[in-house]
Amino acid sequence: MMAWREAGEALAAGRAGLVSLWADGPRARLALLLDDTVQIVDHPAPDGTFPSIGRLHPPAIRLERALAESSPLVPLGLPDTRRWLDHGENPTVYPFLPVKGRHLHQIPVGPVHAGIIEPGHFRFTCDGETVVRLEERLGYVHRGVEALMAGKVPAEAARIAARISGDATVAYAFAFARAVESVLGVAVPPRAIWLRALMAELERLANHLGDVGAICNDAAFGLLLAHCSVLREEVLRACAFAFRHRLMMGCVVPGGVAVDLSREGEARLRALAARVGAAFPPLLSLYDRTASLQDRTVGTGILRPELAALWAAGGFVGRASGRDFDARRFTPPYEALSFSVPVLEAGDVDARLRIRAAEISESLGLITQILDRLPVGPLLARVPAGAGEGFSLVESFRGDVFFHLRITEGLIVRAHARDPSWFQWPLLEAAIEGNIVADFPLCNKSFNCSYAGHDL
Amino acid sequence: MRRTLLEGLRRPLTEMLPADPEMARLGLTLERAARRRLGRSLAIREVDAGSCNGCELEIIALGNPCYDLERFGLSFVASPRHADVLLVTGPVTRNMREALLRTYAATPSPKWVLAAGDCAAGCGVFAASPACMGSVASVIPVDLVVSGCPPTPARLIAALITLLGPG
Ligand code: SF4
Repeated sequence: MMAWREAGEALAAGRAGLVSLWADGPRARLALLLDDTVQIVDHPAPDGTFPSIGRLHPPAIRLERALAESSPLVPLGLPDTRRWLDHGENPTVYPFLPVKGRHLHQIPVGPVHAGIIEPGHFRFTCDGETVVRLEERLGYVHRGVEALMAGKVPAEAARIAARISGDATVAYAFAFARAVESVLGVAVPPRAIWLRALMAELERLANHLGDVGAICNDAAFGLLLAHCSVLREEVLRACAFAFRHRLMMGCVVPGGVAVDLSREGEARLRALAARVGAAFPPLLSLYDRTASLQDRTVGTGILRPELAALWAAGGFVGRASGRDFDARRFTPPYEALSFSVPVLEAGDVDARLRIRAAEISESLGLITQILDRLPVGPLLARVPAGAGEGFSLVESFRGDVFFHLRITEGLIVRAHARDPSWFQWPLLEAAIEGNIVADFPLCNKSFNCSYAGHDL
Repeated sequence: MRRTLLEGLRRPLTEMLPADPEMARLGLTLERAARRRLGRSLAIREVDAGSCNGCELEIIALGNPCYDLERFGLSFVASPRHADVLLVTGPVTRNMREALLRTYAATPSPKWVLAAGDCAAGCGVFAASPACMGSVASVIPVDLVVSGCPPTPARLIAALITLLGPG
């Protein structure tokens, strides 16, 4: 097994990607991606300390800040020791990074924003119209999710897992269930495996439709928002009809799925795929033909491929900047399905929109394939009480969700969840640099990071 | 070009909503005051006080052409200073408590607070967490609660309409 220091060096040299870093009792634990395989590296810390990985590899810094405030462990040499998710007794006081320079001014935004979005604080330092630095302060929706899951049986903890980030509720429930099943050795019935993928694709479809519309709206092209939000609404209504919940919350559970798909539900989903498949391409071609819209999106908020690779950025953020990774490639039943993973190099708002558009058509293809070949049989396997540890990596619409679990006598001792946003939020800070303040909403929407998933 | 622009939006997409007797009952106490003071229009400021963002997705849906919230004289505003109603979601995290109190203080009277979703109501999965206050009502006065995880757009609209009283 790889040693701690070796792992840190592999990350810093770009030979491995960071998946997560967390404390588990008297141990610091690191998950990294090496040749498309997740490896767990432990550092026992009997004296309560471990060498900081963030010191060598900046993507680990925020994870270590969160670790340090929520466990007795101390990451030695961590370059930033400010609080992160837990704001402590006096949440209004926070030492932002110092700013020096002539003609600079600052714009503080949030935590309560102007739109209907999640809370977070953005501190812009600007030279005239140009952003020279963005500093994010997150943690406002820190609900203590991981602590809350400890001591619960998997079925109960699954209800919490499904509510870590509501927009990715299927992906989270899916990731949690797979982690439980890997710990306890549960064989999930084939029909449930396929229904999970069906729900995951419907979730991806709904979110990507919403995002494409919202990005165009932030470039003042409201008409595409109107069209896309009608399509999104149709997806949610079809989900409510087929699975009895618009967001499919609670449908994926450890051992399988909680709801079956009826013949009528299947017909409804087929009609939906046909409808979106016919309605979406003209909308994309409208985007293509509207120069004033592309004037806002092309060349805006560029994320360089080197940064996306170093941070192992998942989802459309990574794929729009050349990082060819999709956890579906290693998740059943996707090995039996045909789909392609779009990758672009430009790294701008336009590229992130186009990745979503391409994924919408891939998801429609997957939905049809799944409906054509859905196996028959039971939906749920029994989840025995047991002990052990295990993990999962599941592709949500915004990137790979990682879940690690340690279970003893059927109860969760330690649950750790890592949202893809952990490695996307810091890259937004990089992508906005040199852009004008007025383009921030557009850049931010094109990243669409989760506050809730990150803040836990 | 013009064809693509309007195709699909020509026929009216906006729908009638089913009446919700429970909501009507809840709103009775609010009806008089709201109508007398505000007429038939309400400005709403949304505050996420620790939601999983599921509630926000459904609140955002209120603006889509199917629900078209503005036809009821209800609109979302960017500042609490322009608001009559705070629509609050989430179990109120400790980290959001101060921001919620300040938002409430910044909203001019008369004002109403609508707590939306099981978390905001105090019966969600995070209610018992030490990182959360437990409900919106434990931090600011609440006038109306809409349950659901998340509440559907139809339920949210019904609740907002009860704040206005029957037409
Ligand atoms: S009520 Fe449900 S959907 Fe709303 S914030 Fe709470 S967990 Fe999320």
